[in-house]
Amino acid sequence: MALVTYIPRVFPFLLLSGRKLPDLVISWLRYVPPAVLAALLLPSLLFSDGQLFLSADNLFLWAAIPTFAAAILTRNLFVPVLIGMLVVIVGRLLI
Amino acid sequence: MSNHQNQPRIKGLPASLNGIVIALPVILGYLPVGFAYGVLAEKAGLSAVNTLLMSIVVFAGSAQLIAVGLFSAGIEPLTIILTTFVVNLRHMLMSAALSPYLQGWRKRELAWFAYELTDETFALHATRLPEDGVSRTETFAINAAAQAAWILGTLLGVVGGRLVTDIEPLALDYALPAMFIALLVMQLNRKTEVAVAVVSGLCSVGLYLAGWDQWHVIMATLVGATFGVVVEKWIK
Repeated sequence: MALVTYIPRVFPFLLLSGRKLPDLVISWLRYVPPAVLAALLLPSLLFSDGQLFLSADNLFLWAAIPTFAAAILTRNLFVPVLIGMLVVIVGRLLI
Repeated sequence: MSNHQNQPRIKGLPASLNGIVIALPVILGYLPVGFAYGVLAEKAGLSAVNTLLMSIVVFAGSAQLIAVGLFSAGIEPLTIILTTFVVNLRHMLMSAALSPYLQGWRKRELAWFAYELTDETFALHATRLPEDGVSRTETFAINAAAQAAWILGTLLGVVGGRLVTDIEPLALDYALPAMFIALLVMQLNRKTEVAVAVVSGLCSVGLYLAGWDQWHVIMATLVGATFGVVVEKWIK
């Protein structure tokens, strides 16, 4: 785990000698973060215990709305997390 | 490079302490999320030692949460490692973006800085490093304060995890999806990126339904990123 975390972080510094990656590769790499995050996110919202959970009872899906809003408005990493968790806490108390 | 001081520094305070001042928003964020990570790790069956070690040695907040979440879902280690690698690839671009400001640093300092690089500290450094005469001590102080907060949060979570019998009332199981949302939104700066996210997300769901429950994330990412460059070329 440590290795796969550290290697991407240190790799560019090792290339400080000025060698540049091909533009196509750089473009492709820039799309990896939104792609991988969406690929991780959507199943976690839509599936419960391995089953598709597309109902009004899906609290995670509902809570995603204020979480997204908070993320867009604050551009902060932790405020949306705290807000999302708060919404789920309240949601669970109400159900 | 700008001379404009846009950091909340306190006059007369040594660089190391000002580092902590600047890092405060990150510290305040890392404590609860580190706590969530600690509790989830404990629930997933990770030993306290391993959980803490990850925060000390790996120090990648989102990757740790993702790994613990995947681990809880019973996904095999190889996928977790690959997913961690792919999720952390963005750090490669962050490092590349900051490297012009770290010219002249010793190899040892660069190695240390790279190890401490996270999304949140990157955001801080991206605004302050372009300033003239930025203190290296302050830079390291920021990173140290951030990691200390993360480790402390983890420790509290590991200890508190024993007391938390049910994660649901505290919504700790939502920390991970919420973090994905926040990270995703930060990545959506261009229309093409939104399109990529949609394509990749749907692919991931589709592949999961088709039974690819171990590899859906990586395959969807490859499809999504490739879709992105194809669309980009097509638009031009």
